[in-house]
Amino acid sequence: MLRQRPAAPKQSGATIKLAQLAPGQQATIVGTVPDAAPPVAGRLWQLGFRPATHVDVIRRAPLGDPTIYRVQDTELCLRRREARLIEVVFDTDR
Amino acid sequence: MTSCHDSGGGPVAVASTRRIALVGSPNAGKTSVFNHLTGLRAKTGNYPGVTVGRSVGTVKVDGVTIAVEDLPGTYSLDAISPDEQVVTDLLAGAFDHIEPPGAIVLVADATTLRRSILLVAQVIRLGLPCLLALTMGDELTVRGGRVDVDALSAALGIPVTAVVAHRGSGIDDLRAQLGTFDRWQRPPILPPSDPEAADAWGKSVLDAADYAAPRPDQRTNRIDQVVLHPVWGVGVFFAVMFAFFQIVFTVAAPLQDLVGQGLTWIGGRVTGHSGNSILGGLIGDGIIGGVGTVLQFVPQIMLLFLLIALLENVGYMARAAFLMDRVMARTGLEGRAFVAMLSSFACAVPGIMATRTLPSSRDRIATVLSAPLMTCSARLPVYTLLIGLLVAPQTRWWGFSAQGITMFLLYLGGGTAALISAWLFKSTILRSDLLPFTMELPPYRFPYPKAVLVAMWGAAKMFLRKAGTIILATSLVLWTLLNLPPRGAETAHLSPTDATAYVMDRSYAADVGKAIEPVFEPLGFDWRTDIALVGSLSAREVFVSTLGQVAAATDPADPREALMTMTDDHGRRVFAAPTVVALLLYFMFALQCMSTVAVMRRETNSWRWPALAFGYMFVLAWVMAFAARSIAIGLGA
Repeated sequence: MLRQRPAAPKQSGATIKLAQLAPGQQATIVGTVPDAAPPVAGRLWQLGFRPATHVDVIRRAPLGDPTIYRVQDTELCLRRREARLIEVVFDTDR
Repeated sequence: MTSCHDSGGGPVAVASTRRIALVGSPNAGKTSVFNHLTGLRAKTGNYPGVTVGRSVGTVKVDGVTIAVEDLPGTYSLDAISPDEQVVTDLLAGAFDHIEPPGAIVLVADATTLRRSILLVAQVIRLGLPCLLALTMGDELTVRGGRVDVDALSAALGIPVTAVVAHRGSGIDDLRAQLGTFDRWQRPPILPPSDPEAADAWGKSVLDAADYAAPRPDQRTNRIDQVVLHPVWGVGVFFAVMFAFFQIVFTVAAPLQDLVGQGLTWIGGRVTGHSGNSILGGLIGDGIIGGVGTVLQFVPQIMLLFLLIALLENVGYMARAAFLMDRVMARTGLEGRAFVAMLSSFACAVPGIMATRTLPSSRDRIATVLSAPLMTCSARLPVYTLLIGLLVAPQTRWWGFSAQGITMFLLYLGGGTAALISAWLFKSTILRSDLLPFTMELPPYRFPYPKAVLVAMWGAAKMFLRKAGTIILATSLVLWTLLNLPPRGAETAHLSPTDATAYVMDRSYAADVGKAIEPVFEPLGFDWRTDIALVGSLSAREVFVSTLGQVAAATDPADPREALMTMTDDHGRRVFAAPTVVALLLYFMFALQCMSTVAVMRRETNSWRWPALAFGYMFVLAWVMAFAARSIAIGLGA
């Protein structure tokens, strides 16, 4: 279900991977990539990475990985490997 | 290990006992609620067949005893790791000999309710009587959020109790409700199972409860700007880890010496009063010495867990793991394994116990299997003695002390070997591809003394009860081997030092030493070295004193001179350079420590993993020692 894309999001712009965002940027989650393993996609959903949810990129570790995101009122860190599985649209108006 | 807790059934075997399970996400305050409800009466063990810790406590409500079980933290009942599977299986009654609980207390953090409402939905769907304990309500208010507890209860259809776990407020109310769980309100309709529908259900429930999410915590944000800064953050990290290591290593040492001296004094009194008989020796040296070996670990373990509990409660542990994750990821482990590895530089026993902070049991085992390769402090006296035999104190290499360089290389080698071995285990038998690395960074909070004390006390108690018995038994066996059969008549005219050497040279341990000589002969060890190796299984530093006694040195505490000139049965020097090199390499890799084996048994709940660790490290040590000796001989040393 996480893979179904909801109706076109309000924000303009193409879908990119969460891992491509830089610290300080914000985005809205679209879903997980189709080839994400279902248990992993399910876990990301459970952790709050759900469609139409806002995500803030807080900071990246000094060695470049992992990165802290704020989603559903929690700060969580994900490695690039998992952040690549999440598709987002960039919030341009903020 | 006669304790019934290890037999597989777990501490609560009585089916008629009323049982309640605590379920919640990591960081929800579940363990605080558990500690407040059950105090220090918790019993710990393992779930049958898995390396997942189980803790069960009891609480008395109106004269009725209720068992409360603290389940591992989980974000979801769709388990993706063995640890989470325990929660799902236990609630579904899928374990043999463990009935599902009579009721569930869900613990959820009020500040992250938008996320955890999905877990609430899953748990309510199980159909067991359910109560929601809502924690961190104070923090929600401070950060501008709100929730109407009564409306939330009405919307969920289950009782909801606000609890501020660290202060203990609301706990009495919660405890009072535990007694009547069969009369708890049950929801008329269960939440939907479909994730999308459950999401919508969660939103409607939170709307009905007039829930407003909190603002991000500004204090945490400000602290993180420094603590996680690319430059300052790394500085803070090294300062914290340096202080951590210093405290575990140096503050514990005088305390350990004090324990050691106290017991030596008692042992001396016993031996003295019983006129040097075998019984006196057994009690004075064997039993009291063995107890001393066990007790000497206690200050270090308590200090380590004091520090870990402090760092965890404050919220720094997750930050340290965040900073180190990239490094540890190279081995297949994750950031949280770093502290266990670092602690193992002091001693593998507390290091292995520190793996409990790792959420994945495969990571825990991989860390447990490789941590003993880290150069622990017990190797230090052995290295000092052997390096002294190898390199003269005044020798300099490139302007530096050659002894210092050798010691540094040994530390470096041990650390590298531990990381490589962790990588090997993680890429073969302990792979865990699926489990994504996700770690919550909780807001910084003040540590609560009770939580810290409970963690410290629990660790010490567990060590004494579960590992202490094995260590004591090993010490007794080794004492017997080294001191029997008695030679009272033959040693009557000898000085005490000569008598000890005489007895040891003719002891059962000598028979063992001669029996295993063929194994170690290719490494250049003679049977007297082998006795010292056997003796060092109780603790590596015993190698130094045993070797001293074996060599009949006048001062067993500094046997260097006697050892330098010691010759074997064929008149060759026993400690020629290639043999010393081989011994150094052997001690670098071998799991020459029964206390570590005992604590591995305790932490993995199986003899399989300690046996594997002992085996692979022995083979590694033997091969490396043999290779190093051959190279040294080839170079003409």
